[in-house]
Amino acid sequence: MGRLNVNTISKAYKRYPSQWARLREWLDPQATPRHEAHWVLRGVSFEVAPGEAVGIIGNNGAGKSTLLKIITGATQPTQGTVTVDGRIAALLELGMGFHPDFTGRQNVFMAGQLLGFSIAEIAGQMTAIEDFAEIGDYIDQPVRTYSSGMQVRLAFSVATAIRPDLLIVDEALSVGDLYFQHKSFERIRQFHGQGTTLLFVSHSMGAIKSLCNRAILLDQGVPIRDGAPDDVLDYYNAIIARQETDQHIRQVESETRRSVIRSGNQAAVIEAVDLLLGEQSVRAVQIGEAVRFRVDCVIQEDLDELTVGFLIRDRLGNDVFGTNTAYLGSSQRGLKAGERRRLEFAFPAFNLGVGNYSITFALHGGHAHVNANYDWWNQALVLQVVPGSDFQATGVSYLPTLSHWV
Amino acid sequence: MLQTVMFRSLWAYRGFIFANVRREFQQRYTHSLLGGLWAVLNPLTLIVIYTVIFAGIMQPRLAGREDQAFAYSVYLCAGLLPWTAFAELVNRMQSVFLQYGNLIKKASFPRSCLPVIVTLSVLVDFGIIFTLYLTFLLFVGEFPGWVTLAALPVFLIQLAFGLGLGLLTATLNVFFRDVGQSVGVILQFGFWLTPIVYSPHILPESAQTLLWLNPLYPLITAYQGIFLNHALPDWGSLLVIAALALALLLWAGRLFMNRAGEIVDEL
Repeated sequence: MGRLNVNTISKAYKRYPSQWARLREWLDPQATPRHEAHWVLRGVSFEVAPGEAVGIIGNNGAGKSTLLKIITGATQPTQGTVTVDGRIAALLELGMGFHPDFTGRQNVFMAGQLLGFSIAEIAGQMTAIEDFAEIGDYIDQPVRTYSSGMQVRLAFSVATAIRPDLLIVDEALSVGDLYFQHKSFERIRQFHGQGTTLLFVSHSMGAIKSLCNRAILLDQGVPIRDGAPDDVLDYYNAIIARQETDQHIRQVESETRRSVIRSGNQAAVIEAVDLLLGEQSVRAVQIGEAVRFRVDCVIQEDLDELTVGFLIRDRLGNDVFGTNTAYLGSSQRGLKAGERRRLEFAFPAFNLGVGNYSITFALHGGHAHVNANYDWWNQALVLQVVPGSDFQATGVSYLPTLSHWV
Repeated sequence: MLQTVMFRSLWAYRGFIFANVRREFQQRYTHSLLGGLWAVLNPLTLIVIYTVIFAGIMQPRLAGREDQAFAYSVYLCAGLLPWTAFAELVNRMQSVFLQYGNLIKKASFPRSCLPVIVTLSVLVDFGIIFTLYLTFLLFVGEFPGWVTLAALPVFLIQLAFGLGLGLLTATLNVFFRDVGQSVGVILQFGFWLTPIVYSPHILPESAQTLLWLNPLYPLITAYQGIFLNHALPDWGSLLVIAALALALLLWAGRLFMNRAGEIVDEL
């Protein structure tokens, strides 16, 4: 039970230039089609063995949601077949089908029936559902009086009341408070331990790495990579990096935005920046790994002094850490126009907490860029820090910590 | 074959269907003190208006029945109540896929549940008001007796016809929203083109023949005959309508089945 076989499915949506074109096609089926097929999935095939945990990753619009909807049966594929051995539960749209005017209990029955449970099954699980949702007396209040967290908790409890053979989890789980997130992940892990096959869609590389033993990367409706999560995520990072570079080139090229992204008097210019793990360019780092920032500069005018600096910001734009070669005592002096210099900032242990960070690089004279700003490249790199195997912590930084009883 | 599969999946989802029928019913009366009582009070008001007011105050008389105070009321309700059920069925069915659009897009369940939900909730409303009507007939001594049973096959034909028309417009309406708009207009015309508030005899001969083009005419006439004259309907004319209704239902059903997948894409 729990085997999933996706056999060369493709999905196209029809696009008509106008309603009249559609009418014409309906009235005369023999005529040449007037619609344009918009393919969102092309020949997707894979098989998931019982008990596997597979992460599906890909950019927005890669076809992940459509693929899941086809697997759950909500949408029909244009070509191909999907066979599932056993019962599916999908945590795609938690709370869907809940009706605000009815009580939690009534909604549990309605949502449960939509999931294919019988009334007797739901009645049998009612106490367990109530306990897991932890909404107390609210179970007999109309759902419209619930907080959104309570709704999600109740919906999750119903959807997972009975262990399914195949569980499909979308990012939906990132709602609710941390306590419940942990609790729900715990239940998913528990199901997996008992033999449930998992299909997990997420943008969080950390979640994929910690939960899945296989990952599939979708790009523009085609599965381009299928294998161990680490390998697939690296590949995905490479794609993201490529897109970022493209985007930066576009942004730099557009004159109007130039000032925002790049500024400075061009006395020295940053040619390229990179994040290196060993000799490999990466965009995802495990906590505590040894990585390097590499900065390539071109000197355009004779300079007394060149300082290279960087600033790491978290995804909300807060400064996390920054330093420069002046502080580190390694600024270059007496540079001639036309020289090229490569600098590396090496981190024996990259001790940032899990999350997304952007790195801004700057070339200037003296200690701060206000003295003489040669080149300032805002958010030149975006990187992701994922949990390491030995490093478990929360927060924005990782402080090496020893604990001992005294 | 296909039908048995369909009925089996409908049976499996009976809980979902009944819960939704109940919801559609209850939804109208939540937050009200009297609750479900309104479900009786509303139609009761209608019956009282059609009977007491029409019979007692306006006193219209049907030709040849000047001595019967309630003759017009009986005639009016016999046609109006089934017509309202028919119009309700088509009108609510026509938008059912749009109404449940969110659910259709995201959840996997037999789509045929939705027309069944609409049909059942219309039946509940009709059941209430028609029971009141029959009670009124008993009260004023106009109950037709066992002839009343003849209304059942007539109603089944009407149901098949309404279901067919509803399913057809519901499916088409997903792709061409004009269909939903036109349903209201057509039903308005249909109401006045069917002798419900008036008697067909007031029409000129030529117009009376044209009435036979209206598929609802034999059905409504049958009800009026049963409840006013206590007479069995003319089964011959009903058979034609029954065949027509069945053909429409099968055609609409096939269209719905063929397009069920595309409906999801379009919503």
